[in-house]
Amino acid sequence: MFLIYCPYCEEERAEEEFHASGEAHIVRPTDPESLSDEAWGDYVFFRKNPRGNHHELWQHTTGCRKFFYMTRDTATYEIKEIYKVGEQPNVATAPAVPNKYDQFSSAQAVKK
Amino acid sequence: MSQPNRIQGNNASAQSRVDASKPITFSFNNKPYTGYSGDTIASALLANDVDVVGRSFKYGRPRGIIAAGAEEPNAILQLGKTEATQIPNIRATQQLIYEGLECHSTNGWPSTERDVMGVVGKLFGRFMPPGFYYKTFMAPSKLWMTYEKMIRKGAGLGRSPKAVDPDTYETINQHADVLVVGGGPAGITAALNAARTGARVILADEQNEFGGNLLSQTDLLDGAPAQDWIDNSIDELATADNVTLLINATVNGYHDHNFLTIHERCTDQSFDLAPEGEIRQRMHRVRAKQVILATGAHERPLVFGNNDIPGCMLASAVSTYINRYNVVPGKKLLLMTSNDNAYNTAFDWHNSGRLVRAIIDTRPAAGKAVVKKATDAGIEIIYSSAIVQAQGNTCISNAMVAPLNETGEKLSGSVKQYDCDTIATSSGWNPAVHLSCHTGGRPTWREDIQGFVPDNFNKNMIATGAGNGLYPLAEILQDAASAGAFAANACGFNATKTSYAKAEVEDVAPSMPIFHIPHFKPTSRAPKQFVDFQLDVTAAGIELAVQEGFESIEHVKRYTALGFGTDQGKLSNINGMAIAAKKLGKTIPETGTTVFRPNYTPVTFGAISGRNVNEFFDIERYSALHTWHVENGAEFEDVGQWKRPWYFPKGEESMHEAVNRECLATRNGVGIIDASTLGKIDIQGPDAREFLNRVYTNAWSKLPVGRCRYGLMCGEDGMVFDDGVTSCISDNHFIMTTTSGGAAHVFNWLEIWHQTEWPELEVYFNSVTDQWATLSISGPKARLLLGELTDIDLNPDTFKFMDLREGVVAGVPARVFRISFTGEQSYEINVQANYALAVWEKLFEHGAKYDITPYGTETMHVLRAEKGFIIVGQDTDGSMTPYDLDMGWAVSPAKEFSFLGKRSLAREDTVKENRKQLVGLKTTDAKTVAPEGSQIVLDPNQKIPMTMVGHVTSSYYSAVLERSIAMAVIKGGLDKMGDKVYMPQADGTTIEAEICSPVFYDPKGERQNVK
Repeated sequence: MFLIYCPYCEEERAEEEFHASGEAHIVRPTDPESLSDEAWGDYVFFRKNPRGNHHELWQHTTGCRKFFYMTRDTATYEIKEIYKVGEQPNVATAPAVPNKYDQFSSAQAVKK
Repeated sequence: MSQPNRIQGNNASAQSRVDASKPITFSFNNKPYTGYSGDTIASALLANDVDVVGRSFKYGRPRGIIAAGAEEPNAILQLGKTEATQIPNIRATQQLIYEGLECHSTNGWPSTERDVMGVVGKLFGRFMPPGFYYKTFMAPSKLWMTYEKMIRKGAGLGRSPKAVDPDTYETINQHADVLVVGGGPAGITAALNAARTGARVILADEQNEFGGNLLSQTDLLDGAPAQDWIDNSIDELATADNVTLLINATVNGYHDHNFLTIHERCTDQSFDLAPEGEIRQRMHRVRAKQVILATGAHERPLVFGNNDIPGCMLASAVSTYINRYNVVPGKKLLLMTSNDNAYNTAFDWHNSGRLVRAIIDTRPAAGKAVVKKATDAGIEIIYSSAIVQAQGNTCISNAMVAPLNETGEKLSGSVKQYDCDTIATSSGWNPAVHLSCHTGGRPTWREDIQGFVPDNFNKNMIATGAGNGLYPLAEILQDAASAGAFAANACGFNATKTSYAKAEVEDVAPSMPIFHIPHFKPTSRAPKQFVDFQLDVTAAGIELAVQEGFESIEHVKRYTALGFGTDQGKLSNINGMAIAAKKLGKTIPETGTTVFRPNYTPVTFGAISGRNVNEFFDIERYSALHTWHVENGAEFEDVGQWKRPWYFPKGEESMHEAVNRECLATRNGVGIIDASTLGKIDIQGPDAREFLNRVYTNAWSKLPVGRCRYGLMCGEDGMVFDDGVTSCISDNHFIMTTTSGGAAHVFNWLEIWHQTEWPELEVYFNSVTDQWATLSISGPKARLLLGELTDIDLNPDTFKFMDLREGVVAGVPARVFRISFTGEQSYEINVQANYALAVWEKLFEHGAKYDITPYGTETMHVLRAEKGFIIVGQDTDGSMTPYDLDMGWAVSPAKEFSFLGKRSLAREDTVKENRKQLVGLKTTDAKTVAPEGSQIVLDPNQKIPMTMVGHVTSSYYSAVLERSIAMAVIKGGLDKMGDKVYMPQADGTTIEAEICSPVFYDPKGERQNVK
């Protein structure tokens, strides 16, 4: 069970007070209607799954209810940094690991 | 009762921890035995010369006690006097006896001495190769359940109690600077050095007293018996305010960020049932800044033919029984070792006054010190030799010894027989690395000690002592002292020096890396050479697995079941890896590493759940009217964590009868439901309107003050996830309602968008579900009733459908919403929750003349289904768009801001033909209510597997329509009005129905306007 520092409460609290909300820094397109189905689908459905550092969005659910960001190593579960919404990370994410399903998403590859 | 193996008189061990003045009677397999206070079940059984404690898993071979600690694979018992106090998987080596203790072998149904599996094992054992279960029982898969039951019972994996556990368990949160795992010489030394700095220290040990291996060995510390040092050290720790000492407390799991759980057995060692007011077991949830693993090591047995005959034991276990328990497990010992350390077992045995037949050393020479001691005691040492095979049935009668070649891979001479009844073996030690693996550490191999040690995966964990591959006692103490000081300093304390007891230093000759003793026959033809005793995995089985192409040790383990028992292969893993490695022509580290998962030893469910049982199992939420519902005979339904009245049966009414009555009363007079559980979110701020525009599919810009609007919420994928009515209280103040189960999720949804995406919008959210009670009256008499109790003008021409008014109801300030989930004229009266009961009772007082009828969720479901109103989560499943629900009227594509989910409503997949759409269904036979979940097909006569086009989402009997009604999702259903569909049932019948509009009752909505 993780020990997580809430940057708003300024305290370390047990993981059970928090809720993980997935990948961080996914910016909503400003003009969704102008996007192709693929580009919109990328935004809605596709998420990174790196082995190593990952930027994540967390909420202090049973505490201050504020959202904040965490850079966490998905292999060791080490929390590298915590920062507030509006701030940028100092630790870069791990490179995406190609997975065996990539061959089935050629449309993705073409677009990128 | 005599204890033939209890050492008597001058030969008795001076350091014995059993108290011969306190005899204790207990029963094993329904036979009474006597032991002494301080005995484990294992030591007491050995004292009574009990050889066989169980039968083996696969072959049904008789098995005896091998070890003296957590690593014991055979003496796994079912404990408990009554059905309610049964505990499976108790290791006889870790359970103390107490007066009246009752235990049974788990392996060995129906009897340990002579049993079915013994015969089956003998007859069929050779037909049960590794992978047997996969190969034999998986086809036909139907029969697996039958086989599995038989195998489980035959194999005896223990059983859970069938009665409710009467004991109390609890959980406690602990915080420590330094948690020291293991209270042996290393753990005590580390704890002393950490505690002296002022650090908060927890020292936990799984045994019933501190001392660890010192209790089993005869070492002197600071020139005195080790027990003196243990007593002094524990006294010092016990009196320190900053130290918590835990015995009978196993650190069973090591979780992320130094969170560890300790399974403390508070009364297990003394009582079958905890005394009144006492806790049976306690789970400590510890967050420690630093963890010191002083977990010690498990001795490794040597693998040879018939090494499972009762009487084959670990050398160190034999020493433990002699020194700690004053029990010598036999009359004639043959010791086989690859190291100097195990010689001590022969000396201990000799000192107990019994015969050491010989020491068989696999090496060509041993250390001078032990050789001298052996010579002085007149014990014969046979070098460069090994025990090839034990002989005997339920106990050892003799052993075959043969010379080994230099590498230990082949026999180099003829066999000689030695008569003996006990064989003790040692091939060195395996550090107990288990906890270091739990969070992802991968032990590393050390060639010099032929064992795995913890890696540096966790920066806030230190391994010391034998648990880190350090064996000479003097070195253990010195290293552990440094570990304790280092850990304290890492927590910000200031240790400048260390202190530790002095132990004698002895010259030790190197040990020999040998795991598997060769036989004069090939392994596959030799008598069984057991590696994993608990799961009956043999050397031949591992070699066969390799031969069949399994190269990774992880695959070999799964194929053979090596290490998969309740002992997690504490004795067997390294031997198994060594045998696989040799067969593969690789080294052990090349073959892989060994990994363990929580729990270190089995944990009871009671300890895991603690006080979270029965009414404390989950949070239960009650509305402010709950007591009234209980007093008025409501049956309850769980809606999320809420307890909601399901229906209110009168007299002997069935649910069906009650619901019909409640429905008709509402349609014809007035019904009342406690709708307080509806999620309510108070939204305020100048940008509240804009925010609603973004999260709802419909438009909110023009909603006037005092009006309500129904809204749908979609995820960014365009699928409906919640619905509800939001009302405008003032221009910058709205009250949103959500489904009862979806309130928390919706609240979160609003917050995440506000905080992370649109922080520029000035808007505030507050959950007010519990603050407001909602009393909803519905039916043609609703206005008459409310009119008697309120100052609000209820004139239907001014207080219209979807209007909101504030005023006084039954003397209490209230918000009244004219919204309806029944299709009848309805008023949702919202009052402060602590006034709810008074208002509710007033409504009943005045409503009696209208036959006011309370109804529950079931009637609510029927009434709304008659009107075709959806329930999100029942009629939707996360794959339904507003258009799929035929609710395009609730979508405003023209809104300026592209609301959440809008773009997805135009995705290729979302606009495609033939999506599943929500429709109504009328069964051809009006009395037949199709089961919810029924699959729908277009042609009932097609071949199986049929093409399914949808399923029934809601289905009820409608009392007012006197027929069954249903809602369903059907591919392209909106274009199939009037078509016949079919619902094949599990019993072979088929229900026929016609697709129709889901609005079954009052399609024009006229009942809202009843005057």
